[in-house]
Amino acid sequence: MDPHATTFGVHSRKMAMWVFIASECMFFGSLIATYLSYEGKSLVGPTPEEILNIPLTSVSTFVLLMSSLAMVLALDAVQTGDRRSARLWLGAVIVLGGLFLGGQVYEFNHFYHEGLTLQQNLFGATFFVLTGFHGAHVTVGVIWMITLLVMSLRGRLGPERSLDVEVAGLYWHFVDVVWIVIFTVVYLIQ
Amino acid sequence: MAERAAPESSKGHASKSMYWLIAVILGILTMLEVAVFYVPLLHSVIVPILLVLSTAKFALVAMFFMHLKFDKPILTTLFAGGIIVATAIILSMMLLFGTIGPGAHM
Repeated sequence: MDPHATTFGVHSRKMAMWVFIASECMFFGSLIATYLSYEGKSLVGPTPEEILNIPLTSVSTFVLLMSSLAMVLALDAVQTGDRRSARLWLGAVIVLGGLFLGGQVYEFNHFYHEGLTLQQNLFGATFFVLTGFHGAHVTVGVIWMITLLVMSLRGRLGPERSLDVEVAGLYWHFVDVVWIVIFTVVYLIQ
Repeated sequence: MAERAAPESSKGHASKSMYWLIAVILGILTMLEVAVFYVPLLHSVIVPILLVLSTAKFALVAMFFMHLKFDKPILTTLFAGGIIVATAIILSMMLLFGTIGPGAHM
């Protein structure tokens, strides 16, 4: 009997990650609820219509979606024992995640110089908290991917460790689906 | 005590070509979303269109990249539970703050 098995036939670590993801749904749900509740209620500018950069964020969104493709291909490579491809795709996830974070840093810096800060108005407070927490999750994901890449480079990420990559992948894809919602709710529906 | 089954293998999910196809569809859906944003004629129906497109993207990532389509139903139930509670929180807060429903003042 496998000590890590559960009565559902799912590995306990994978089950734990899914429970964590379910709790994260509620966490981000609360942040999105706060953003939407205060939307359009700022007494002073800048407003979303004045400041949000849709072309830049569209590219960032595409980059994050493609990082999910790289993640699932990395998992496939680890499961089949293709170490070279695993390193390539894990590296791609790190680069694409880094590009997304770079775009967010540029956006935050630009907004700051345009006068939008955490204290400026309700839009600034809710926007920075929501997207900032998402960015923090992406940062954790990138660090996690770097550790997996280092493990792979040291020859310690064979098919027997594929669950490590699968669990990390679930986290990464969740961060991606949260951005799908944020991109629509914050950037496109103004 | 119930016997615990061994965890299922992580293999047996979608093929690589399927993953690439999903990525292409996700890219197209994102382009459609942005296109809808820039078409003034569609602004009266932009919210339902964008909600449908983003829900489709969300579902594709969850079903294929997160493997829910091929995994144990309990995992889908867990995820759906979190999403339902999150949606209830969002709608309740928007209703309480008058963003939607009677007396909406956006």
